[in-house]
Amino acid sequence: MDLAYLWFFIVGFLFIGYFVLDGFDFGVGMSLPFLSKDDTDRRVLINTIGPIWDLNETWVIVAGASLFAAFPEWYATLFSGFYLALLLILLALIVRGVSFEYRHKNPDSRWKKWFDGMIIVGSAVPALLWGVAFANIVQGVELDASFTYSGGLLPLLNPYALLGGLTTLLLFFTHGVIFVSLKTDGELRECARVLATKSGILTIVVAATFLVWTTLAYGSFLSGAVAVIAAVALIASYVLNLRGREGWAFGFMAFTIATAVLSLFLALFPDVMPASNNPAYSLTIENASSSNYTLTVMTWTALFALPLVLAYQGWTYWIFRKRVTRATVLVSAH
Amino acid sequence: MEWLDPLALARWQFGLTTVYHFLFVPITIGMALVVAIFQTAWYRTDKTQYLQLTRFFGGLFLINFAMGVVTGIVQEFQFGMNWSDYSRFVGDIFGAPLAFEGLLAFFFEATFIGLWIFGWDKLPRGLHLATIWCASMGAILSAYFILAANAFMQNPVGYAMNPEKGRAELVDIVAVLFNPIALAQFPHTILGSIMVATAIIVSVAAWHISRGQHFETMRPALRLGLWGLLASGVLMFISGDSLGLAMVQAQPMKMAAAESLYSTTAGASFSIFSIGTPDGSSEIWSVRVPGLLSFLSTHTFNGTVEGINDLQVAYVKAYGPGDYSPITWVTYWAFRWMIGLGAVAAIVATAGLFFTRGHRLPKNKWIWKIAIWSWPLPLIAMSVGWIFTEMGRQPWIVFGLLKTEAGVSPGVSGLDVLISLIAFTLVYGILAVVEVKLFLKTAQAGPAPIEMTKVDGSDDEQPVLVGTVY
Repeated sequence: MDLAYLWFFIVGFLFIGYFVLDGFDFGVGMSLPFLSKDDTDRRVLINTIGPIWDLNETWVIVAGASLFAAFPEWYATLFSGFYLALLLILLALIVRGVSFEYRHKNPDSRWKKWFDGMIIVGSAVPALLWGVAFANIVQGVELDASFTYSGGLLPLLNPYALLGGLTTLLLFFTHGVIFVSLKTDGELRECARVLATKSGILTIVVAATFLVWTTLAYGSFLSGAVAVIAAVALIASYVLNLRGREGWAFGFMAFTIATAVLSLFLALFPDVMPASNNPAYSLTIENASSSNYTLTVMTWTALFALPLVLAYQGWTYWIFRKRVTRATVLVSAH
Repeated sequence: MEWLDPLALARWQFGLTTVYHFLFVPITIGMALVVAIFQTAWYRTDKTQYLQLTRFFGGLFLINFAMGVVTGIVQEFQFGMNWSDYSRFVGDIFGAPLAFEGLLAFFFEATFIGLWIFGWDKLPRGLHLATIWCASMGAILSAYFILAANAFMQNPVGYAMNPEKGRAELVDIVAVLFNPIALAQFPHTILGSIMVATAIIVSVAAWHISRGQHFETMRPALRLGLWGLLASGVLMFISGDSLGLAMVQAQPMKMAAAESLYSTTAGASFSIFSIGTPDGSSEIWSVRVPGLLSFLSTHTFNGTVEGINDLQVAYVKAYGPGDYSPITWVTYWAFRWMIGLGAVAAIVATAGLFFTRGHRLPKNKWIWKIAIWSWPLPLIAMSVGWIFTEMGRQPWIVFGLLKTEAGVSPGVSGLDVLISLIAFTLVYGILAVVEVKLFLKTAQAGPAPIEMTKVDGSDDEQPVLVGTVY
């Protein structure tokens, strides 16, 4: 059963990868109304994530599939229990993805406005709801003896979970805005840096409140320690952004999100889906996992695939490392 | 309330979203391959028209690809959302190929597609060519894994029941990955995808040529499309035959339902067409090929084919009371439409090759109309083929192990599923309109001219390569 513990952290790693990577895509999408003064700006913003949003989004597909394979009970309880929340996330991801690809296909400004709107909503909704979902996992929900949650959407919208949602929303927003300052030039770069200092303060306050609440109510010593590291990294990112050190600010922001998510997984440990009504109904790493044989097969596959994946994705980021400017975008007509 | 039955609604939703998703998948798989071939032709010959074709069909490919990606996420989430008891029952087995698909194929495909779209001016030519091949291979590999997962539902292998946990558990991954159904289904699906993509290429090329435009690029596209359609169409019949044999082994009920054969028969005939009562139980008139059903099932003309009634008796004995036959009019007609439309597509390709042989171009506008309007044939054939495969599996969700009604999520209300069904229908409907409009607009615009530039110090001209900018 030891492999189940390993897979708890591999699943955690995949969700961390998803939130760190697609997190800044969400932030860039949400920043459209705040940072752009014209269509060229909006195109610059969208092009900063153009070549990579799809591979970033793929992390959630892999995380979901790994959850299914390694913890079928967790996957089944979570996905059926959070039905309407996940439906909203799915619809948002659908319209967002299509909008990236279709927006530039027609120079008509009403066409573009529609897709801009869908990019903004399609980025904000998952940024909020992933936080709500993970906060509810940590907090626990009412489960019956067959590990089924049938309470619907409303109990999931409790204060702690909403604070969790606001935390991811703000973290991803600031993460994306710092990414913009790292990936653009000129006025946009400066605007993004200033916006990140404004949103950064709010992010620090909200995220710190959420992490303290998590640690006090649901955490362990270890999850608390990691939460402190996340908070320190967040402040470091804020200071580095103030000083115009974009690369470092972005790196620390990524580290903040990674450690914050890790802290949630540590707070959850060794449960994967605590039952708030009766601890006997809780899903744990032990009772939610797949058989040892399946996990062995999966471990070998992950050991082979993940280093490869990290290598070619890292290389892709290297290929597209250049800043996107108004001049680069104006080369093509739309 | 009857109409808020969560099981029926969940089944409708799964059917709707899956058929919709699978309109884009074969286009993506087939088109990526064709685009890779065009780009290879350009790489090796330096002829500009191949570059134009690469970029033109690449553009059409990407319009579809976006839809395939976003509707694909729904598929993966839906197992847990609507079929949680199914997920608990098979997750130990079914999850592994899905995870393989993500780790080994989806990451690969998504990364290299991004590199291909945006990397025209950032990568050396050879490396850029490699990216489209990588993306194509990723797409094909992902098809294999999901077909292996699906094959477990048709023909469970490599598992053992764990009574304590009440679930099936994996004991042999090699058996699951090399399930005979998966091995037969894979070439059938890939060839079908090539038929779908080449039929679209034929249609687009014929549209331009019949208007007397883009002859330089569209003539080679038309010929490649026709050859591809014919070759994949012919191979499709062979792969379909081997899939049929594997199916009879694993699910004899499905083959019986494909012919509405009620009693076990030696030397069973195959009806090309029939008129009878809606459930197919009695027949008024039909056109029959003697011995063909036996041949399809056993490769001998007088082999014995088990009938629905006899299988029903055997299944009641094995699995307890219940109805073990699928809806036969669906399986009967889906099976015929699949074969019929595929055959018509192959005939169209043969005729097209004949009419355009040498350097000929037919003048008759009906020939062009048929070429243009043949594009949906393989696509519909593929959709009804999958409807046959999945409806023919009923009442089982995992054949012999778990019934569909036992797989549905107990905690999700009928109202929840109704909301999601309406939401998906609306969003998918609107996106379909946008997608088709964009596809037509891009297809009718034709290949864009390639800007050329002089290489320093010589008279050679090189194409200006620009990566996509949104």
